[in-house]
Amino acid sequence: MADNNTPPKGLQERMERNIWGLLIVLALALSVGGIVEIVPLFYLKSTEEANRFPEIVWNAKEPASQPIVTVSGDGKEQWNWKPGDGVRPYTALELAGRDVYQREGCYLCHSQMVRPFRDERERYGHYSLASESMFDHPFQWGSKRTGPDMARLGGKYSDEWHRQHLRAPRSVVPESVMPNYPWLDDRMVKGKRMQRHMKGLRAIGVPYHDADIENAPALVEGKTEMDAMVAYLQVLGTMAKLEPGVEYRQ
Amino acid sequence: MEATADRIAEQKYSFDVVRWFTVMAVVYLVVGAAVGVYIASELAWPFLNFDSPYLSFGRLRPVHTNAVIFAFGGCTLMATAFYTVQRTCGVRLWSDKLAWFTFWGWNAIIVLAVITLPLGLTQSKEYAELEWPIDILIAVVWLAFTINFIMTIANRKTSHIYVSNWFFLGMMVMIVYLHVVNSLSIPVGLFKSYSLFSGVQDAMIQWWWGHNAVGFYLTAGFLGIMYYFVPKQANRPVYSYRLSVIHFWALMFGYVWLGAHHLHYTALPDWTGSLGAAVSLAMIIPSWGGAVNGMMTLSGAWDKLRTDYVLRFLIIALAFYAMSTFEGPVMSLKTVNALSHYTDWTIGHVHSGALGWVAGISIGAIYHLMTRLWHTSMWSESLVNVHFWTATIGTVIYVVAMWVSGIMQGLMWRAYDEYGTLAYTFVESVAAMHPYYAMRAVGGGIFLLGAIIMLFNILMTVRKAANQGTLREARAGVAPAAA
Repeated sequence: MADNNTPPKGLQERMERNIWGLLIVLALALSVGGIVEIVPLFYLKSTEEANRFPEIVWNAKEPASQPIVTVSGDGKEQWNWKPGDGVRPYTALELAGRDVYQREGCYLCHSQMVRPFRDERERYGHYSLASESMFDHPFQWGSKRTGPDMARLGGKYSDEWHRQHLRAPRSVVPESVMPNYPWLDDRMVKGKRMQRHMKGLRAIGVPYHDADIENAPALVEGKTEMDAMVAYLQVLGTMAKLEPGVEYRQ
Repeated sequence: MEATADRIAEQKYSFDVVRWFTVMAVVYLVVGAAVGVYIASELAWPFLNFDSPYLSFGRLRPVHTNAVIFAFGGCTLMATAFYTVQRTCGVRLWSDKLAWFTFWGWNAIIVLAVITLPLGLTQSKEYAELEWPIDILIAVVWLAFTINFIMTIANRKTSHIYVSNWFFLGMMVMIVYLHVVNSLSIPVGLFKSYSLFSGVQDAMIQWWWGHNAVGFYLTAGFLGIMYYFVPKQANRPVYSYRLSVIHFWALMFGYVWLGAHHLHYTALPDWTGSLGAAVSLAMIIPSWGGAVNGMMTLSGAWDKLRTDYVLRFLIIALAFYAMSTFEGPVMSLKTVNALSHYTDWTIGHVHSGALGWVAGISIGAIYHLMTRLWHTSMWSESLVNVHFWTATIGTVIYVVAMWVSGIMQGLMWRAYDEYGTLAYTFVESVAAMHPYYAMRAVGGGIFLLGAIIMLFNILMTVRKAANQGTLREARAGVAPAAA
């Protein structure tokens, strides 16, 4: 313990002899990278393309000024939004589908992020924009394509194809390695639960109209998780109309 | 000499909790690897999903990653951190109670994970899938672990804090940051929540977490293990103190920046990805600093590799570490990433790190701990050697399969025929992967076999120690029989 008496030489030795000093310097050194890379994404205007192209977001000027879809007493749906009108929150049914997508771990094999390459444009479609997932809590960009990208899936196949494919993928794509999801047909979507989920999302900034939440039970009435999943898959990538030749990303 | 020192240590330090963490680490290695082999087989032979929600790939994959990273990796880190901090500080753990709370708390988290993940209760952020009540429990247990570690250092008898403890400390602090920020969410049910962040910000925060779960949890922590167990097993001092100082601070400061390289060409702004890639490239130097420092610790004692199977594990781990920390920066380059991203190459890279480096250094450290903590030799030395070869061969087969399939996928997706149209449909690339997926399952199976051999050998060693009464005697403070 002799060198306890010699004064420490330099900062490194000071830290090696003082746990609190080491702790403080470490805590500071470890925080820099995250702060520099993450914090600007919340305030730099260039991050979200919608700042330059407000038309890609539905009702960008007055968010939540009207419900996405209402259901009348006789069960008829009245849509205020149509594909191409811009990015909007998910309806109760689509959100239920998205919940299933998360629950089944779809993001582990399917990305939702088209990169700006020629082959990806031809295979999937227009490259993805940040603003297209602005209401995605959490994001579902994925990190692996064991199966193909989903970002522009909406409208490419019929509802019936999706149902068959989800029940038994190899009956329509023989080489597929995707699991069968027969249980989606057996489970019903619960309206009360979807209201709770939508209220939670609204609390963290997703602009739902009161009527969106009120209408949720009517919208999902009698719908299975399969219906919800198909509704979600069919809306993917169809919300915003992206013009070819426009440089959305800076 | 060594045996006497270990007996004195037994009197002085709190080793029971270390013993429990050590055995559980090996149990979870077997569980994690077994689930891994199963889901790898599902990709090769999809009938294995058996139309069951609880066995489907999407739900089991998080079980695999969580079991390997948090159950196996976590128990190894906790065993080695508690062991190292006591021996290098010359004092008993600050609080035995807190240490046992850490043990039971951590294992409760693992049990909860094994129950909730197959039920589909997930936040769907990779390696951070566990739902919010479990996240809160993780934060509490992790803080208990960290505080106990810090207070033990504060009470130390030695003048300087040993290098292993710097690395452990860096890991603990960073995991607090990462876990707390990345898990922020709004609960909408007992086991359902939505991330507080969305889209591009959520993506950046997730990969800041994702890469640093690798960079701190699986690298800094395991470098802490390396700095104690390699010199101990080789019976040589660390090669260079100066190198350890430099690469420590470079790693601590630099690794945090790397997450952005997971999002090249995505909707993440270019500046963020480029910054991440630039720092990634620079990270080769500190990473290799660690690898060189570990390997050169053996200089003058290389002959020990011929006879010391435990040392072999530690050194091959460093070789894999050097290789994957070269491969990583290469993959972070935009041009390479354009090909490698979304493919199995990433999976191969992760496993050369996870099987080669993390598991290798852990297994070496655990074999070392076995003899020190149970005061006897391994039940079978030759089984340690068998394990060494199964682990190494299994890892190489796995990694090579994923390299080939990954590069092939990347090339097939971007291939054009002479008419200027895409040469392959997506599903043709899926079909082409089959032989490599089968090969991967075989490589993983060989690795799993080694892990099972290890568990058997370790349980037999515990039994042998019980039969011979070596642990009892050491605890009672009986001097070792003259030998």
